[in-house]
Amino acid sequence: MEPTTHHLYSLFHEISGYIYPNEIELHWKLLIVIYPYLTGLVAGAFILASLVKVFNVQQLKPTYRMSLLTALAFLIAAPLPLLAHLGHPEKSYEIFLTPNTTSAMAMFGFVYAWYLGAVLLLEIWLDYRRDLVLWARKEKGVKKWLHKALSLFSVDIYDKAVRFDKKFVKIITIIGIPSAFLLHGYVGFLFGSIKANPWWSSVLMPIVFLFSAIVSGIALMLIIYMIVTMMKERTVDRACLEKLASFMFYAMIVDFSLEILDFMHRIYESEESIKILAELVSGKLFVSLIVIQLLIGMIIPLMAIAGAKLFKIPFELKKIVYFVSALLVQFGIFSTRWNVVIGGQLFSKSFRGLTAYKMEFLGLEGLMVSLAIMILPLFILWFLFKVLPPWDDARNP
Amino acid sequence: MMNNKIINNKINNKSLNTEKPEPIIDSAGCDSVRYDSEHNDAGCDAGRRNFVNCALASSALMMVPGMLGAGEEEKPDPNELVLGDGYRPKDHKWGMGIDISKCIGCGRCADACKSENDVPREPFYFRTWVERYRILENGEAVVDSPNGAIDSFDEDKLDERIIRSFFVPKLCNQCEHPPCVQVCPVGASYRVEDGVVLVDRDYCVGCSYCLQACPYGARFLHPETRTAEKCTFCYHRIVKGLVPACVEVCPTQARIFGEMEKKSSPIIRFMRMNNIGVLKHSLNTEPKVFYANLDKEVR
Amino acid sequence: MLKLWKKFPGQLKRLILIFLLFVAALMTARHFLIPHDYGQYGNYRGGSVHEIANLEVKYAGQIVCVDCHDDIAEIKFAGYHKNVACEVCHGPGAAHVEDSDIELTSPRGRDLCILCHEYLPSRPTGFPQIVSESHNRVKPCISCHDPHDPVPPEAPKECSACHGTIARTKSHSYHADVECVYCHQASPEHKVNPRENLPSKPKTRDFCGKCHAEDADVEFGIPRVDMDAHEKRYVCWQCHYPHLPEAGQ
Repeated sequence: MEPTTHHLYSLFHEISGYIYPNEIELHWKLLIVIYPYLTGLVAGAFILASLVKVFNVQQLKPTYRMSLLTALAFLIAAPLPLLAHLGHPEKSYEIFLTPNTTSAMAMFGFVYAWYLGAVLLLEIWLDYRRDLVLWARKEKGVKKWLHKALSLFSVDIYDKAVRFDKKFVKIITIIGIPSAFLLHGYVGFLFGSIKANPWWSSVLMPIVFLFSAIVSGIALMLIIYMIVTMMKERTVDRACLEKLASFMFYAMIVDFSLEILDFMHRIYESEESIKILAELVSGKLFVSLIVIQLLIGMIIPLMAIAGAKLFKIPFELKKIVYFVSALLVQFGIFSTRWNVVIGGQLFSKSFRGLTAYKMEFLGLEGLMVSLAIMILPLFILWFLFKVLPPWDDARNP
Repeated sequence: MMNNKIINNKINNKSLNTEKPEPIIDSAGCDSVRYDSEHNDAGCDAGRRNFVNCALASSALMMVPGMLGAGEEEKPDPNELVLGDGYRPKDHKWGMGIDISKCIGCGRCADACKSENDVPREPFYFRTWVERYRILENGEAVVDSPNGAIDSFDEDKLDERIIRSFFVPKLCNQCEHPPCVQVCPVGASYRVEDGVVLVDRDYCVGCSYCLQACPYGARFLHPETRTAEKCTFCYHRIVKGLVPACVEVCPTQARIFGEMEKKSSPIIRFMRMNNIGVLKHSLNTEPKVFYANLDKEVR
Repeated sequence: MLKLWKKFPGQLKRLILIFLLFVAALMTARHFLIPHDYGQYGNYRGGSVHEIANLEVKYAGQIVCVDCHDDIAEIKFAGYHKNVACEVCHGPGAAHVEDSDIELTSPRGRDLCILCHEYLPSRPTGFPQIVSESHNRVKPCISCHDPHDPVPPEAPKECSACHGTIARTKSHSYHADVECVYCHQASPEHKVNPRENLPSKPKTRDFCGKCHAEDADVEFGIPRVDMDAHEKRYVCWQCHYPHLPEAGQ
């Protein structure tokens, strides 16, 4: 008996009904839950940043640079779970070199490279360039050279050049919005285009992914903004926080409607798979779907934010309500990813039975690695905040 | 590797040197067999000559284009795929027929498949397996496939009375529009011109996307190579004029294998004599594994 | 060209240079890392088809076996096991074809035989099956049956030897006491060559009417119908399964 297959024998007892013999093991595990969760945060944070630049929402200005850096930090970590889940990570370069043009997954390389290179890095560089040059002039030692290198040794900060930067940023942001949609809509398409799997196969999948991404991204920025200002012992900008909460609320309304629409549509059409999906939702997915995703992650925060907006309550209390709501939303969106990825593999494609997922603790696809990958972007973010301080008072006048 | 070559040559020579097969598939013969099969027979008597001759005929037919090509001295096109001793995929189109009413659920196909293709013996990895369907009086279908039927089945009593029951061998359907090939990010899954879908072990990155895309559960991730695996219609056999191992060992000829686009082929006769169904027709994958006497409960 | 380049702002020049560097790196990587045979025949590595086509054959195929073992083949081709390829029982034989010192196994116990011949209700009717628990429990099958010519030592007297499912169903039905031969007449050849000598089946309503018509001359207690009034368009077995009639339900 191979050690790698040993754990599968215990799964025999967890099977209900009939599954195809090759279906006992889930092939996309916790890591693939994390991947759409992380890219969702990237897309959401970027959309928030573009609200400032494109839609000119001035109240959100304090979060602009922070959002860009957060998007970058999470984008750097996003391919790691994908890489770690591969049977042969050392061959992953093939995706870039010989992409199969009909494969949604092969497009990952290009979508990712485009988003990282043509959108995020470019926008951050252009937005920071003037500051980088000025910081480098004032500083000494390692920091001076780091900033110099980051500015690509450019020196031109005359009005004309800075005006060019600003114009360029605007263009990139405009390109960036569809790109962010592409980045996460594409992840939804990865699942939504699998006709073999009725739980995934849905045209709504990309758009549901997108709106849940916006929800999670804004919620993340709300959390980061509050924690960072608290740590820097500054006052939270009231208008900014209210706007963040409002936008999160709107996005949640859309996301919730789409999810309900998807749900209604499935029940109303009641296709061949409805029996097994009903069994799945009322059984193995009940806690993660109905309780965490819908109740704790959606309905409770929606009501809490609505309540905080409607009733006159002290700002201190509001802050707590918003913060807790944003945290619950994170749990909810993580559950959403779980329910899509894991839920879609728990039932047999024979529609006759369910298998089980037993999470490993150690090992490449286990809990520990997954937690490490989840925490990593926060460290990257901390580093980015050090090198490229996003605070308003760090800007050069 | 060396040994392999010797035996392959031996087998090829054998198929070539045997005397010319007599034409065996005349329509009159077919009709008489048809009436026989209406009586729900396992077809054991359908003619032993047929088995041998069919095997010879298909192998002989297969070798002809290769031999002609060698004789005419055409300019070889470097981008035309020619395998082994002149097997040209573009001259072939393979299909399999499975007659559910003939299957006895002995699981010899699943067993031979594992031997022929070095499939891990653990009960989680199958290129082919056999399912048992028992449809009860209350309409419920009880399906099982313990160890893919390699040890056949036990007669375990069910509470309800069975109103019909049968076995269904399953394998990769070698789809005309294979979803697995469509989603493979690197081109490690591909379809050869003869219709067989193959996996390049050395190029597969092990992303499992093809496993998700296959509607039939026909793929698995090999526990040692950590790459995708599936039925190849025993590609290494059919290019040499042999039938797939599962077809070779099926004791009741429930499995038929042959050319889809040549008139004298067992699969064409199979399609003429039976009402044919395919699995998950609505997904438009266009399987090339065809089932006779397919029940509505099978999926 | 150079004039245009000079017109570009400094930052744009830097970005363009980085972009070109990136493209150059990608081209270099493509050149060195893509296998030379990739895309030769299609969107895949050409060599892989050859690798798969050259895999080792393990089951040589019956035609090859017959070449040396023509004596056994002669016997087998005349018997019930004519369609059972040699390697079903003796295992993959390609290695043995190449080197006859490598011996194949010949199963001696009961395990292999019962994979096909153990009674399972799901098996097609007419396929010879036994209940191994009660069928000469200790004896290996080959002590009575030659696997190359598996004629039963004595032709089975009971129909249930092959038609187990029907026999079992009938045994707890109202027709339990009705002998098979009452409805089906089988010639003796049926036991030797079943499919070519099929037993008869009743053809008319009147056959059932012999017991079930109102004026039938049989014992009391058998359900009767008015043969003229009762669903005359059908023959009886279109609605009633004779092996498990539903009277009383």
